[in-house]
Amino acid sequence: MVRYILNKFIFMFLSLFLLITATFALMNAVPGSPLQSEKATTEQIQQNMKEYYGLDKPVIVQYGVYLKKLAHFDLGISMKKRFQSVNKAITRSFGYSFRLGIVSIITSVVAGCVLGIIAALYHRKFLDNLAMILAVLGLAVPSVVLAPLLQYLFSVKVRWFPVTGLTHPIDYVLPTIALSSVSIAFIARLIRSSMIESLNAEYIKTAKSKGLAGHVIVWKHALRNSILPVVTYLGYLIANVITGSVIIEQIFGIPGMGQFFVSCVIDRDYPMIMGTTIFYAVLLVASRFLADIIYVLVDPRMRASAGKAVK
Amino acid sequence: MKPILEVKDLNVSFEVYGGEVQAVRGVNFSVGEGEAVAIVGESGSGKSVTAQTIMRLIPTPPGNIKSGSVLFDGQDLLSLSEREMQKVRGNKIGMIFQDPMTSLNPTMTVGAQIIEGLMKHEKLSRSAARTRAIELLSMVGIPNPESRIKQYPHHFSGGMRQRVMIAIALACNPSLLIADEPTTALDVTIQAQILRLMKDLQQKTKTSIILITHDLGIVADVCDRVIVMYAGQIVETGTKWEIFRNPQHPYTKGLLRSLPRLDQRKGEPLVPIFGTPPDLIQPPKGCGFCSRCDEAMRICETDVPAPTSLSDTQTVRCWLQHPLAKSPNMAEGKGASV
Repeated sequence: MVRYILNKFIFMFLSLFLLITATFALMNAVPGSPLQSEKATTEQIQQNMKEYYGLDKPVIVQYGVYLKKLAHFDLGISMKKRFQSVNKAITRSFGYSFRLGIVSIITSVVAGCVLGIIAALYHRKFLDNLAMILAVLGLAVPSVVLAPLLQYLFSVKVRWFPVTGLTHPIDYVLPTIALSSVSIAFIARLIRSSMIESLNAEYIKTAKSKGLAGHVIVWKHALRNSILPVVTYLGYLIANVITGSVIIEQIFGIPGMGQFFVSCVIDRDYPMIMGTTIFYAVLLVASRFLADIIYVLVDPRMRASAGKAVK
Repeated sequence: MKPILEVKDLNVSFEVYGGEVQAVRGVNFSVGEGEAVAIVGESGSGKSVTAQTIMRLIPTPPGNIKSGSVLFDGQDLLSLSEREMQKVRGNKIGMIFQDPMTSLNPTMTVGAQIIEGLMKHEKLSRSAARTRAIELLSMVGIPNPESRIKQYPHHFSGGMRQRVMIAIALACNPSLLIADEPTTALDVTIQAQILRLMKDLQQKTKTSIILITHDLGIVADVCDRVIVMYAGQIVETGTKWEIFRNPQHPYTKGLLRSLPRLDQRKGEPLVPIFGTPPDLIQPPKGCGFCSRCDEAMRICETDVPAPTSLSDTQTVRCWLQHPLAKSPNMAEGKGASV
């Protein structure tokens, strides 16, 4: 088990390193520079600015300098937003995305599981069909459509929720729904199919023959065997959701990571692009890592194979 | 012997795309206290459905218990509510299934799966249930039960898993144990071990057993009485000696002829039962075995034979037993039923 975790950990670092290198190379390969859009600058000013930011040195040296700073968890200083460290800028915007993301993940898992379980228990009956229609809608309607629709219905027409912002708990409702619809639908479908499979398994019959009540059988026996695909999906979902969605943040006026990242790319703000990409990558890899560990905890058979895999 | 279980006129059907499969058609039998009864028959003869109906494990729909009663300790199980039935399952009736590889939950420790039932029925505390589970594991012959209890099913071999299943089924000292083909998925040496274990435990605990199987060999080992089923009906019942030494129904005879015997001469071929069982969506008007029977008569096609008692214990459902049937079997049957 320890070796399994260690192994995963080493791979995690390796993939992060590769990603940093690739991002750095790609960013420099794209034509244009962060200083290009500065107005009314002379050759001398351009040269001074380049020297100030270290852009006059060869790319490989820049890369070395960057890695060295990174080792001290210093992501540099923004080239556009004056005197602002990247670390601080990320922390600030990430706060919004993180809070909304966590709420959205919890909503997705709970709502997705409940919908999926209902659909599986009433397989091929009315409730199953209803849940699956909802799921298909959730998957099919893009958030660009869903979010303004929610705003129009619940903020403009009936005025239950505010249109934009993210300060009070009630502000979370609409963005959460818009952000979670796809993952709720996805999880519901995953749970439904794996649940139908486990409800037909022999060990469910054994559990029944022990005289256990229906809800114990569903929650204790069937769900634990059906949750594995969701755990896998969760790794992807966590990283994806808490780093913010550009669209949702734009529509609901949330100053989160998604919006922030896009503006950085447009600005060619090198340290900011690198910083946000690395941050995103670390989150992604870490949540995958987390999912791998949860996987082993949920399914004891994985413990055996996890032990073998590294021997 | 006081009967602990009486199945009366049981009819069970399944709704399928093509119509209604009449899986069990008017089954009557009883099991005495401490008695071991085998139900034999080929696939699709209704033996598993009968067993699962007793436990009310048939999914409804598509299953449908059309009529009949299952009296257990004088109580009709078919009229109980689901909640009342939960108190019977695992507590008064235990069940073992065919495939030990799939009948244990892979994500729970073996101990947890035994403890569950104990905590529910015997109202034991977790630690008391754990102690009892360890006892049960050592009772079914699993070495190092203290450490094995913390392991998962994938740490166990097939035979060991079936021992665990037996421990689960016997956890609350049920008065009836239903074993649905408990050895079919195991290899022969393990089969013998499991049967030996079941027999020993039965003698110790005085539990009644219903053993469902298509293997006549294991019947002789464990059971007192045999029920032969064909096409959803009981065609012959009797003590194991009556069934093995003096089978009267052509189907029972056919089953025995198709088994290899130790005293068989080398090169002598086994005689299979030709043909296939009838379609139970449209069961035959007459005897279910008629189309495959060597001794079939005209009446067999049109009328269902009534059960005929040959002795206190042996009953056959065959027209050959009718006084008008001029068959040499008749005299022989009477003579040998002592």
